[in-house]
Amino acid sequence: MSWETVIGLEIHVQLSTSSKLFSGGSTAFGAEPNTHVDLIDLGLPGVLPVANRGAFHKAIRFGLATNSIINQTSTFDRKNYFYPDLPKGYQITQMALPIVGKGFIKIEVDGQEKIINITRAHLEEDAGKSIHDLFDGETGVDLNRAGTPLLEIVSEPEISNAKEAVAYFKAIRQIVTFLDICDGNMAQGSMRCDVNVSVKKSGETKLGTRAEIKNINSFKFIEKAINYEIDRQIKILESGDSVVQETRLYDSIKNETRSMRSKEEANDYRYFPCPDLLPVVISDDELKEIRDNLPELPDEKEKRYVEESKLDYSEAKIIASSKTMANMFEEACAKTKDSKLIANWLVGDISALLNKDNIDLEESKLTSNNFAMLIERISDKTISGKIAKSVLEEVWETGDDVDKIIESKGLVQIQDESLLETIAQNIIDNNPSQVEAYRGGKDKLFGFFVGQVMKETQGKANPQSVNEILKKLLS
Amino acid sequence: MSIQFKTIKQLGKMLNNKEISHVELIQETFSLIKKNNHLNAFVTLNEQESLKKAEILDKSPSSSSLAGIPIAQKDLFCTKDLRTTCGSNMLSNFIPPYSATVIENLENAGCISVGKTNMDEFAMGSSNETSFYGNVQNPWGLNLVPGGSSGGSAAAVAAGIVPAASGTDTGGSIRQPASLCGITGLKPTYGRISRWGMIAFASSLDQAGPMARTAEDCALLLNEMCSHDEKDTTSLDEKIPDFTKNINSSIEGLKIGLVKEFDLSKLDTDVVKVFEESKKHYESLGAKFVEVSLPNISLSVPTYYVVAPAECSSNLSRFDGVKFGKRCENPKDLEELYIKTRSEGFGDEVKRRILIGSYVLSAGFYDAYYKKAQQVRRLIKNDFDSAFKNVDVIMSPTTRGAAFEAGSKGDDPIQMYLEDLFTIPANLAGLPAMSIPNGMIEKKPIGLQLIGNFLDESTLLRAAHNYQITTDWHLKTPEVMS
Repeated sequence: MSWETVIGLEIHVQLSTSSKLFSGGSTAFGAEPNTHVDLIDLGLPGVLPVANRGAFHKAIRFGLATNSIINQTSTFDRKNYFYPDLPKGYQITQMALPIVGKGFIKIEVDGQEKIINITRAHLEEDAGKSIHDLFDGETGVDLNRAGTPLLEIVSEPEISNAKEAVAYFKAIRQIVTFLDICDGNMAQGSMRCDVNVSVKKSGETKLGTRAEIKNINSFKFIEKAINYEIDRQIKILESGDSVVQETRLYDSIKNETRSMRSKEEANDYRYFPCPDLLPVVISDDELKEIRDNLPELPDEKEKRYVEESKLDYSEAKIIASSKTMANMFEEACAKTKDSKLIANWLVGDISALLNKDNIDLEESKLTSNNFAMLIERISDKTISGKIAKSVLEEVWETGDDVDKIIESKGLVQIQDESLLETIAQNIIDNNPSQVEAYRGGKDKLFGFFVGQVMKETQGKANPQSVNEILKKLLS
Repeated sequence: MSIQFKTIKQLGKMLNNKEISHVELIQETFSLIKKNNHLNAFVTLNEQESLKKAEILDKSPSSSSLAGIPIAQKDLFCTKDLRTTCGSNMLSNFIPPYSATVIENLENAGCISVGKTNMDEFAMGSSNETSFYGNVQNPWGLNLVPGGSSGGSAAAVAAGIVPAASGTDTGGSIRQPASLCGITGLKPTYGRISRWGMIAFASSLDQAGPMARTAEDCALLLNEMCSHDEKDTTSLDEKIPDFTKNINSSIEGLKIGLVKEFDLSKLDTDVVKVFEESKKHYESLGAKFVEVSLPNISLSVPTYYVVAPAECSSNLSRFDGVKFGKRCENPKDLEELYIKTRSEGFGDEVKRRILIGSYVLSAGFYDAYYKKAQQVRRLIKNDFDSAFKNVDVIMSPTTRGAAFEAGSKGDDPIQMYLEDLFTIPANLAGLPAMSIPNGMIEKKPIGLQLIGNFLDESTLLRAAHNYQITTDWHLKTPEVMS
């Protein structure tokens, strides 16, 4: 029997507004517990929410970037349930009329493009955090996060496997970081996702019973949780049992999902329109202004890099896929025209260093300013490409200024041709047997002479000049 | 010179003419409060702070319009550093860190908040019998209820202790006690007065308003209570007129609507008689009566008892024992913390409404109840819109009768809910409405309700003031301790 998997994702994106969705409270991460909580976040009797328009603008950017319908009138609803980190006993969310309606994005898996439709994206407030392990027999509540704006992006159940799910999640992450509406920091919980997984017989049109796996916050865990869940469901179905509709948790240590609550135990959230908030209306002008100021997205950058900067498609794709790398590329291009050289460094040495350290570019010590300077020093021949590699390694370790490293280590390239000629002549004079052999047809020995000059100049000689001088003297 | 039963206008004059100092006025007020302690109108007093403010006013006179006027605040408004119970055990220890916008507005105008008045728990009740802090005595008779939920405010004004009190009105909570205590009360257009700092019962219906001895005093208070508040998105961004400005203009030609569907024949003949006399009086003042039809009005009470409990069931979820207010002793787990805290903290009526509200919002029932109720509410609003194309105000009795005895409605909540038959429609439609004393039934006062068009409090106040300068029902006072 062959099986087909159907997956839908609900991605929670924490919007990078400075204040909360319904209050002036700060959204900064990492503060002392309960210090970024104002009267509204605390849900004190008598307080009222006021919608943060900035959060709407960010949500609209997402909608525009994903070919989505923008609901210029959207409303808020209350989702009622009790939990200690939910101060009001309800979450304000958009159930009936979300700010962003149907849309789609493209993903690519193993060179194959696929369209994933977005059902909706709505604004809602985050809850606080319950801390169970810090106080003996008691639970602590930190409300710093309570009220932080989230955009919940709901996909259609059109994802077929774990790889596609990860590709979709990565694509959404790329979009929200390029749009500057979320920092994309998964370790700090800026992006989390709930995964709905069901399995059905191949060719069957009716969807199988799904399980929802809650709150996964890394690419790796999304993939592992989905694969575990698919196996689990197939085993159940093959043994003749049926899958139970339920909410499950992924345990990354044991690499398994386990039941959290069944459908019967699920809350009745008693949704109803929030009477404290009027519908939010976005005017045509407001929408136009957001549209006009939409930042360039990866696809558009990729196209521009190929057409204007004459990069190879594969290079353009790598550079455009990361906002930080794209910025680095564009800043360096502004200083030196050699876009191919810049692309080579980014796709070559820098990508290799990133892979080695297993980090993202924004986590490295390399700034775009320093990178641009490095490129400038290569193209104005201050340093050779080989020296540049060692300079880059130094910058990677220390974050020091490129020019400072070149100067303090005396790495400036020797351009003086008469000096290079004297050095080359000395080497020829001191190695008569190699000269004879070279002239006798052993072409490979040319490298020996280049090496000797480089050794003598501690690698600072301009390699092109050295080649020309040696060819002349040895002919 | 006694200050008892004086109006704001009279007290303002006495202060201006130095017939009484600010401190004397406040001392006298507290003396009256204590003498009338048996009314149980107040839950918390603010004596020290009030005297301090009065001393400052004596030293450096203020030009604020209501400088030094003592006011009683319904215990539903958050008052910074002053306990705010909302009539509930749940908040018996709650001291807010901030004040409601309407409290700030009144205090900025010079009012001195002398104390917090008793009320039905979370404003749910029509007799003040649901308060955790005990029944309030109607000054007009032993064991009579003052009405509710703003019963303490109404009793304090009716007993002449304070010239003014704040109230809130979700289904009649200003107008019904005003009627039963023989005072004047106004519920403004929904959104006129900010709800910031008002402990929510039913957010889409709640509206604060003034309770006083005269329509003129209500206008003075309303001038200060209204404001567009950015902290409340449902607060209206509309020009706020001087509500006293045209109050003396004649009502010659005023078109008053009488609701065809209000079947007065079911009321006591005494109530009908009083109402008919008011009609005659208005006719003598030049008003014209026009019959209007509000075809869906009979659905008001059931609609209200879906919408209001639904909103309250959600609004009251924050009282969970976690962050503020009461917390039960030694819960064994989270579930028990919730259950015990809420079982001990809330009274029966509040629990009843939370249950109704949770039921009508639950999956499978939402469409049949809550959604349907909202649709009916829209129809009722449309009925009023059509009616107001032909009339300036709509008139009816405020209540089905005069004050009743505590306990007399027994355990039948429906009987109590029907108390608000005439008042609920204005809340559902968001329209301004007021109650003015218009007669006595067996030595108990009763009120006349005037409902105005959207934002047209001015016409209501003019109609009420014209009535009051030509009648003396609002001048009648009960025999109370002086």
